[in-house]
Amino acid sequence: MASKVQVPAKTETQGFVYSALIVGWLVPGAGHVMTGRWMRGLLLFASITAMFWLGIAMQGKLYLPNTGDVLDMLGFAGDVGNGLFYALGRILDLGHGAVQIATADYGTKFIVVAGLLNFISAVDAHNLRIGRKI
Amino acid sequence: MFAPTHFTAVLLFATFASVVFGITQRSTPKAMAKYGIYCWVMFVGVVIVASWAMWLIRR
Repeated sequence: MASKVQVPAKTETQGFVYSALIVGWLVPGAGHVMTGRWMRGLLLFASITAMFWLGIAMQGKLYLPNTGDVLDMLGFAGDVGNGLFYALGRILDLGHGAVQIATADYGTKFIVVAGLLNFISAVDAHNLRIGRKI
Repeated sequence: MFAPTHFTAVLLFATFASVVFGITQRSTPKAMAKYGIYCWVMFVGVVIVASWAMWLIRR
């Protein structure tokens, strides 16, 4: 999919270049807030947060890193995109290990997709930070 | 426990994903809104078309 973003001339970035990327990954939308895009940050936070917690409320599964199953590892790669929410979910032992009803399967997908969307959001914040995107 | 219908789950998924796609794939607010709405219509539209196609195949 081609992205139709305007690409400005390169500018010098002050401070740690990857700060927006890391902060945006840890807390959805925080990278955009860091770069001064409050409204974008709030909308991203609301969307990704709602998706993650609705997934948990639907009894979705939180994947573990070392189960030996390739599909579980891919699920974990998606889940870990949720940053601190994933850590919080693991600490509080949220999510269900075995998916038993249809909505729980949807919940599992909601959690994985929320993580993947947060990866896109964090990369976008990084592009704003380094001046690659307006 | 939150147990939405299949269609409600589709609407929620389409809404959240479209907001993120709109913001991250376009630069201006107007273009973001247009692309977000386009993504939402495509998400929901494809699901409705695929659902009817499966219903026809099953008959």
